[in-house]
Amino acid sequence: MRKAVAFMLVVVVGAGFCAVLANIPFGEDKVNVANRYMRNGVRETGAANIVTSVVVAYRGFDTLGEVTVLFIVAVAVGAVLPPGKKPAGEEKEEASLIVRTGSKVLFPFIVLLGAYIFLHGHLTPGGGFQGGAVIASGFLLLYLAWPGQPVGRKAFSAVESLSGLAFVAVGILGIVYGVGFLGNFLPLGARNSLLSAGVIPIIYVAIGLKVGAELAGVVGHLMERE
Amino acid sequence: MQQVANYMYYAGGGGLILIGLYMVMAKTNLVKIILGLSFLDTGTHVLLVAIGYVRGRTAPIFSEGMAETTPVVDPVPQAMVLTAIVIGVGVLGLALALAIQVYRHYGTLDVRNIRGLKW
Repeated sequence: MRKAVAFMLVVVVGAGFCAVLANIPFGEDKVNVANRYMRNGVRETGAANIVTSVVVAYRGFDTLGEVTVLFIVAVAVGAVLPPGKKPAGEEKEEASLIVRTGSKVLFPFIVLLGAYIFLHGHLTPGGGFQGGAVIASGFLLLYLAWPGQPVGRKAFSAVESLSGLAFVAVGILGIVYGVGFLGNFLPLGARNSLLSAGVIPIIYVAIGLKVGAELAGVVGHLMERE
Repeated sequence: MQQVANYMYYAGGGGLILIGLYMVMAKTNLVKIILGLSFLDTGTHVLLVAIGYVRGRTAPIFSEGMAETTPVVDPVPQAMVLTAIVIGVGVLGLALALAIQVYRHYGTLDVRNIRGLKW
């Protein structure tokens, strides 16, 4: 019965999708807002990566909201799974020598790659969110190799709070300099160089550290059970 | 045939969404329901990026040596999906944390056996 109802609803929603998507031609130029970003993005924000200039410069305020959602998720996971709760079944198993040695060797390189990705967010594909996720995956490797050893939970929350504060502080500095919240008050610099694009690299470093610390904290909370 | 090839990406994204929807509604295991949520999430991302694609254009990154007039695809859906992926991971983590707590409290992940969750 329930499956039949579910299937019916899927059919209805699918028909709705077909009706809507049939009117959206695939692979054609559709919106003007994108053209504006493409033509003026590099000149206005100094970032070679237009996706980055949309995320951090044009829609910076939205990104602040999205980072806040992540923060709430991290807090909620911490609240739902309080640390140091009584284990329920399932014993902790030491990882094998290969996993432990491999994670020791790989961890610094994973963090280095993550840092590279968020430092070059305005030049190459990538950015704070992706770099942060890569760093969190490095911490996941550590948790897999040494299960049950909570690695630096306090450090995570400190990094998270400080980088979140840095993001907001850069935004407020924009007001102080008279260019509006999250506006760019630094020189744009030479195109395609690391120190260019004004405040975008600063904000992306803050986002990268924040996302990395948050996701690592979430992973840590999930791994710590049992 | 050309028509099919044109709408293949829409079909892929929409298909993932529908599979996820069915899983969320029809499955009884909480972990499978959460997996369905993840399918929904991924399908939405595929659909959004497919809608933003413009045939024959390149990625919206003006690297060194590229003219500023090079035609590129729509960057707005890509920017949205970029943040949505990370948010999706966070939501998935929260859902799994809740599932862990449900298992601790009820001793089961079957929604039919959890009081107050029947329909």
